[in-house]
Amino acid sequence: MWRAAAGALASHWRRHPGQAATLLLGLALATALWTGVQAINSEARASYDRAAQVVSQENRPVLRARDGGPVPLADYVALRRAGWAVAPVLEGRATIGGRGVSLIGLDPLSAPVLPAATEPADGADPLPEEDGATALAAFIGPPGRLFAAPGTAGWLSDAVPQQVLISEDVAPGTAIGDIGTVADLLAGVDDTRDSDAGGRGDPSRLVLIEDPPPGATPLSALAPGLVRGEPEAGAGIGGLTGSFHLNLTAFGLLSFTVGLFIVHGAVGLAFEQRRGMFRTLRALGLTRRALALLLAAELALAATLAGAAGVALGYVIAAALLPDVAATLRGLYGAPASGALALRPGWIAAGFAMAWLGTALASTQALWRLARLPVLSGAQPRAWALASGTAQARQALAGLGALTLAGIAAAAGDGLIAGFAALGGLLLGAALVLPWLLAQGLAAAQSRAQGPLAEWFWADTRQQLPGLSLALMALMLALAANIGVSTMVGSFRATFTGWLDQRLAAEIYLDAGTEARAQQIAAWLDPRVNAILPQVWTEARLDGRPAQLRGLADHATYRETWPLLGSRAGVWDALARGEGILVNEQFALRSGTGPGDTVTLDGRAARVLAVYSDYGNPLAEAAVSLDAFTAAHPDLPVTRFALRLPPAEVPALMEALRDLFGLGSDALRDQAALKALSLAIFERTFAVTGALNVLTLGVAALAMLTSLLTLAAQRLPQVAPIWAAGLPRARLGHMELARAALLALGTAAAAIPVGLALAWVLLAVVNVAAFGWRLPMQVFPADWLRLTALALAAALAASALPARRLSRRPPADLLKVFASDR
Amino acid sequence: MTADRPFRPDPVSARHRLYRRFGLALAGLTCCAALAVGVPAPYAAAQGFAGMGSDADGFTLPQPDPAFEFPHDHGPHPDFRIEWWYVTANLTGADGAEYGIQWTLFRSALRPEAPGSERGGWRAPQIWFGHAGLTAADRHFAAQTFARGGIGQAGATADPFAAWINNWAMTGRAAPGDDALDRIDLTARGDGFGYELALTAGGPLMLQGRGGYSVKSPRGQASYYYSQPHYSVSGTLDLPDGPVAVTGQAWLDREWSSQPLADSQTGWDWFSLHLSDGSKLMVYRLRDADGPDFIPAGHVGPSGAARYLPDGAVELTPLDTARVAGREIPVRWRVQWDEGGVDIVTEPLNAQAWMDLNVPYWEGPVRVHGSHQGRGYLEMTGYE
Repeated sequence: MWRAAAGALASHWRRHPGQAATLLLGLALATALWTGVQAINSEARASYDRAAQVVSQENRPVLRARDGGPVPLADYVALRRAGWAVAPVLEGRATIGGRGVSLIGLDPLSAPVLPAATEPADGADPLPEEDGATALAAFIGPPGRLFAAPGTAGWLSDAVPQQVLISEDVAPGTAIGDIGTVADLLAGVDDTRDSDAGGRGDPSRLVLIEDPPPGATPLSALAPGLVRGEPEAGAGIGGLTGSFHLNLTAFGLLSFTVGLFIVHGAVGLAFEQRRGMFRTLRALGLTRRALALLLAAELALAATLAGAAGVALGYVIAAALLPDVAATLRGLYGAPASGALALRPGWIAAGFAMAWLGTALASTQALWRLARLPVLSGAQPRAWALASGTAQARQALAGLGALTLAGIAAAAGDGLIAGFAALGGLLLGAALVLPWLLAQGLAAAQSRAQGPLAEWFWADTRQQLPGLSLALMALMLALAANIGVSTMVGSFRATFTGWLDQRLAAEIYLDAGTEARAQQIAAWLDPRVNAILPQVWTEARLDGRPAQLRGLADHATYRETWPLLGSRAGVWDALARGEGILVNEQFALRSGTGPGDTVTLDGRAARVLAVYSDYGNPLAEAAVSLDAFTAAHPDLPVTRFALRLPPAEVPALMEALRDLFGLGSDALRDQAALKALSLAIFERTFAVTGALNVLTLGVAALAMLTSLLTLAAQRLPQVAPIWAAGLPRARLGHMELARAALLALGTAAAAIPVGLALAWVLLAVVNVAAFGWRLPMQVFPADWLRLTALALAAALAASALPARRLSRRPPADLLKVFASDR
Repeated sequence: MTADRPFRPDPVSARHRLYRRFGLALAGLTCCAALAVGVPAPYAAAQGFAGMGSDADGFTLPQPDPAFEFPHDHGPHPDFRIEWWYVTANLTGADGAEYGIQWTLFRSALRPEAPGSERGGWRAPQIWFGHAGLTAADRHFAAQTFARGGIGQAGATADPFAAWINNWAMTGRAAPGDDALDRIDLTARGDGFGYELALTAGGPLMLQGRGGYSVKSPRGQASYYYSQPHYSVSGTLDLPDGPVAVTGQAWLDREWSSQPLADSQTGWDWFSLHLSDGSKLMVYRLRDADGPDFIPAGHVGPSGAARYLPDGAVELTPLDTARVAGREIPVRWRVQWDEGGVDIVTEPLNAQAWMDLNVPYWEGPVRVHGSHQGRGYLEMTGYE
């Protein structure tokens, strides 16, 4: 009996391979998008973890000098000799080959974690397998080894005697080496010739590898100048990028939800079409429990197959998107990120779990109905549709509740959690309200309809609404997400482009490499250009946290174009007189400071004169006058300049600079090239979002198709009388198409305000929390039209098949409705 | 493949592991010195040290007929590749319970340095590491520690004598005019154990080999090697269940070289024995994959007369093995020296005296019976 029943159930799928494909495809797509996003997230997190382990040695507490200076080497030795397990870390910034690089020095004998390296940066053959002693000797040197991120290792390798190894565990612009190597590099000493001039190498801090053993001499007795602090490096990356990953996760979940609508549709269809078979099997003596078990097993099998396909597809999606994500993370957040994808059991298991869970969720309704199916029941496909009028109203009420909560979260809360709560509430609420809203619209249209056919059309559309509502909800979510995200990206792009014009006001930017050459070039340039503006920046501490410090020359370029937020009256004169500093928006928002407030810059109090926008920068930044900068950092070489000159003379001057000083394309850029580069980085940042958007919309269209197919099978009893009353089948098919288009239009109309609200939350709440800047919202009606057309096209494409089937339906089928009430 | 490893061909991920876990790097490092302690050659060759025995790149090689200068030679010799200060002690608690301790400081040079012009700071090419062990009849503890030279974290000085690494130290307390090693304080601390001991020598230094020039193979590999076998000890052991006051005997070895073992020498079995008539016997067997074992020995008679016993004079026979850390280790031995009338059997105090460190080996106290009674220490390396 079991075998026969299983065979009968399976025969349905053999006869409807398209339906089987839809079920598997929907589930696989949903799983794939979710898995892809999870794979990307876990890969990025693994990168941060590795980097954090190297720099902060597994996030251990640190010991620092009370006065903020270096830790005397004698203190380190004293702690070690008293049994304290501490590891020295020397950190600093050096200018190497004309570029700034952050150097981190570790002692391999006390630091258990060093970066993983893949290959030498100089293009030499990959490292041979080495034993630990050889690796240790090579790391310590001389000349020693440095580990650097892919983009940093190349130029660093040309500029230092050390062997530079590429490591994706290291943040961009940073190199990690032996503490002795780093001490020498920071002191500007070339130690490859065994001289004794090496840097002293007092560590910047000590990492407490283990808590001191009980009975160990306390810190206050051994090194009273040191204080214990909590780990700080590494944690920053996680905090900054957390928002980005939350964003991706939200998108993955959205895609998954949309995918589930497909599964729901396909499962519903398969149940509906097998109603007769179920009844027959039950009549033949198959127990209800056995039938339910068989169907559950069937679904579990489908979920496993589709889950496997989805996980594989997710891997492909993640591998395709990961390079862009890695570029974004490196570029936007300065986070270390690997572009290579690893198979991790975490997201593979999560993918399968989601496939099973999703199938269970999507088929609950169908199984529930099966459980209540009487052995000998008449076909009553309309009964549940009728019952849903009150359900619709109840659902709408729940939706209103969700919307209210979203409003409260957006208005009252700030921060990412509130932002995402608002997003979730908004999307859920809007989706729940949609069927009721559409029903009201259809009712209104029906009341105004002229003639029996028009009235039937509206009534019939309304009657179909419950069966289609899930698909329409999916469509609306996809559309709203599209509108919201494209509005956010568009607003960002517009603001960013305007900001670039302000920020990149000079005509030419050049990097001389060394100070001597810089002076040479500047002397040559002096009579040829209107202004030479030195570009200087270095690391600083703003309110005790790591930040950048920039020096701005007192020049009309900045006075006129620097992107200050708010009034600029008197700001520049005060800055030139050294009466205060400018800070970027990220810092102002995070620290809650504004013009007139006092902050500490490198231990000294400074008044904030104004705030400027600084998009694309993960760090807090302050700007002081060039004079003040030079006074504070007299030894910092000035090697970069911005040049002001009439635009017409730019090509000739660039040519001359190239010929005379041999400046390559990396070292010499005109404004247009630099802007193009910045915009390219910007576009890459949102490439992932765009790709996910398109995929989500595709999944929504598929959901619509499965729902319409399901309905088409159920609707025969409703259509047959109309046909019998004389309406041609072709006309009926056209009406099907019109109905789908109408519903899609209504859904799109509802999606636009939801999308705009979504964009507002993204811009005003999520972005502020995630990036630290607030952007003015702009609307792009052309996008809405495009999306509405897209929704229409999706709906028409989805309804084309059922409509075609209806118009080709053999009259015998339609007659059967009257003959047998199966 | 471990779960969180990239799904890539193995050479890359193997290297990943190599760099990530610097513990492994130190395992290799320990090999440098452990080669001297007797890491089997195949293992060493696989680790890339195959050339070391023949090529001493810039390091000074030991020469016959050395003229040691004390206390200077108690200190480090940075022109040699490897060097150690090695103490083992047989101890007894007030309740008669027996214990043994080991204290070792190794110096391993990345590059040779001329004596007197050693570099300071992080650029010093000296790597130091220490091993410590404590053995009771039913328990065994082992610990290791690592440090850079040049900054004071680890090192050794001849006058006043001191050798230290992190919080482990051997500190000279000798009176002026005495040998600097005549009185030393010894301390080390590991996970679950520690000790503080005072050692007082009751006799002169014992030069091993021919006047301190110790040949390690018929092919000529050699080291400088002398001992102080005459210590009496008192002090305290720290055990998880509280301190234990102990007294006993100790033996110190000093050895340095640049290429001590032949490639085919796979490990060694080394004995330092305090015999009941007051004599001291040192004997070791260097196991050779390509030929007969090499078994030199040294003896200090009850009268204090020291002699070198060349290969062949003493016979070593393993009697029983024990299953230790998954290996068969010969823990019970017969030691025969016909000319000296010595025919004894050594039994381990604790057969499970396994030093589970980066380079693992067996080292623990033994009891002696037969023609002589006594006790001593046994070290066996190369049982991988």
